[in-house]
Amino acid sequence: MDFGFLTQPAFSGGGTYLDWVISGVKWTLLVSLCAWVIAFTIGSVLGVMRTTRVAWLYGPATAYVELFRNIPLLVHMFIWYFVVPEIVPNTLGTWMKQGMPMPEFWSAVLALGFYTASRVAEQVRSGIQSIPRGQTHAALATGLTMPQVYRHLLLPMGYRIVIPPLTSEFLTIFKNSSVALTIGVLELTAQARTISEYTFRTFEIFTLATVVYVLITMAVVVVMQLLERRVQVPGYIGTGK
Amino acid sequence: MAMIEFKNVSKWYGSFQVLKDCTTQVEKGEVIVVCGPSGSGKSTLIKCVNGLEPFQSGSLIVNGQSVGDKATNLPQLRAKIGMVFQNFELFPHMNVTANLNLAQVKVLGRGVEEATAKSHALLRRVGLIDHAQKFPGQLSGGQQQRVSIARALAMDPIAMLFDEPTSALDPEMINEVLDVMVELAQEGMTMMCVTHEMGFARKVAHRVIFMDRGEIVEDATKNDFFGTPRSERAQQFLSKILHH
Ligand SMILES: Nc1ncnc2c1ncn2[C@@H]1O[C@H](COP(=O)(O)OP(=O)(O)O)[C@@H](O)[C@H]1O
Ligand SMILES: [Mg+2]
Repeated sequence: MDFGFLTQPAFSGGGTYLDWVISGVKWTLLVSLCAWVIAFTIGSVLGVMRTTRVAWLYGPATAYVELFRNIPLLVHMFIWYFVVPEIVPNTLGTWMKQGMPMPEFWSAVLALGFYTASRVAEQVRSGIQSIPRGQTHAALATGLTMPQVYRHLLLPMGYRIVIPPLTSEFLTIFKNSSVALTIGVLELTAQARTISEYTFRTFEIFTLATVVYVLITMAVVVVMQLLERRVQVPGYIGTGK
Repeated sequence: MAMIEFKNVSKWYGSFQVLKDCTTQVEKGEVIVVCGPSGSGKSTLIKCVNGLEPFQSGSLIVNGQSVGDKATNLPQLRAKIGMVFQNFELFPHMNVTANLNLAQVKVLGRGVEEATAKSHALLRRVGLIDHAQKFPGQLSGGQQQRVSIARALAMDPIAMLFDEPTSALDPEMINEVLDVMVELAQEGMTMMCVTHEMGFARKVAHRVIFMDRGEIVEDATKNDFFGTPRSERAQQFLSKILHH
């Protein structure tokens, strides 16, 4: 393998091919992290809504989860990029097509964020529901209101329980961000493809891209393990339903 | 007026009736033991008292308030009624002091210092002050149950409910929990205890209620219950639990 081509001036843009790779990494991280903020926030709210017994809360949340996680991510991308600007009110649609900066980027972030939210919601729901009912009863019995029970018991315990599956969703979002290339986001995979077309160093460039994805994955795993250790409950072994 | 007053309370799960016209009362300062076979509705009955289980017909007045009434502020009522569960149900992510402080601070609005002082006094009383900073998972079952009694007492309850507080304990730990309960009873706490510890019943109970298949079959003074249980079902049950 010869990575010498990376320092050569790129076909366009004035930089080297290495600059293209770095730019790709930047967009991969940006799309993934922004999407994760949406996924985690919306997913948490939806997951909590699904655990309540209030029909107008769990009904819409369930509908959302079923709808969003059963549509392929690629379709989400196309819908946000091509369809949404056509169906929103005219002035907004025109702005989305002509005025909005970086439309591919924002479409990708929204698509990936709202799609992953449905998966996060399921994890949060299952975490909360794995807490034995007696715990809620005990908390209510002391006079806490249901919102207080969520705040002080169900959420802190529920999130602890789902750190491992949430880590895996977080990893998946980085890998799924490559789908954004279909609507023109020049993230890592897109850049690797372009560079291979210009340099024919297909093997090298995709090896490099793979290494970068692995490094990102390892960083996420390390951060999540630190978090898990930090919030670990002394002496606690599982939920023992 | 009685502290707790059940009048023809009935409850169904679908078509299955768990509580059948239950009528009884607990006076202030009274200690009531509820026993009966597994599945007879004891937990359900006791959880009706603080509204953890809703019921469909009859009336239940606790401290002058109707539990079934939609207008009743249940959290406020529950704050005055302590409850202890079979599986302790301490909050695993909080240390012992935080477990005792939580409702004092969030429900009663006590300051953290005042709450902590109260918590530590109660932990001293149940012999666990040395464990104040430990987490529930680091304690034995008997210790956890004593913490959970302290957690209920921290709210200065007017009555205490116990749902088989010693059933999940290893035999050698049962007495440390019963001792705390006996002491409470002797101090005049109003108590409704689901338990099969007949030694405890003999020692401190005023009345014993025997339930079977959702019905209160026997509701007698302690002496009547142990002397001459009227129903055959109660006799059978007693001979079963006393002879092993
Ligand atoms: N959520 C529920 N749905 C249906 N049946 C239930 C439910 N909870 C309890 N039961 C039934 O109600 C009956 C009484 O239960 P419980 O009050 O827990 O009995 P006990 O405490 O005397 O053992 C049992 O037959 C039990 O199977
Ligand atoms: Mg029970």
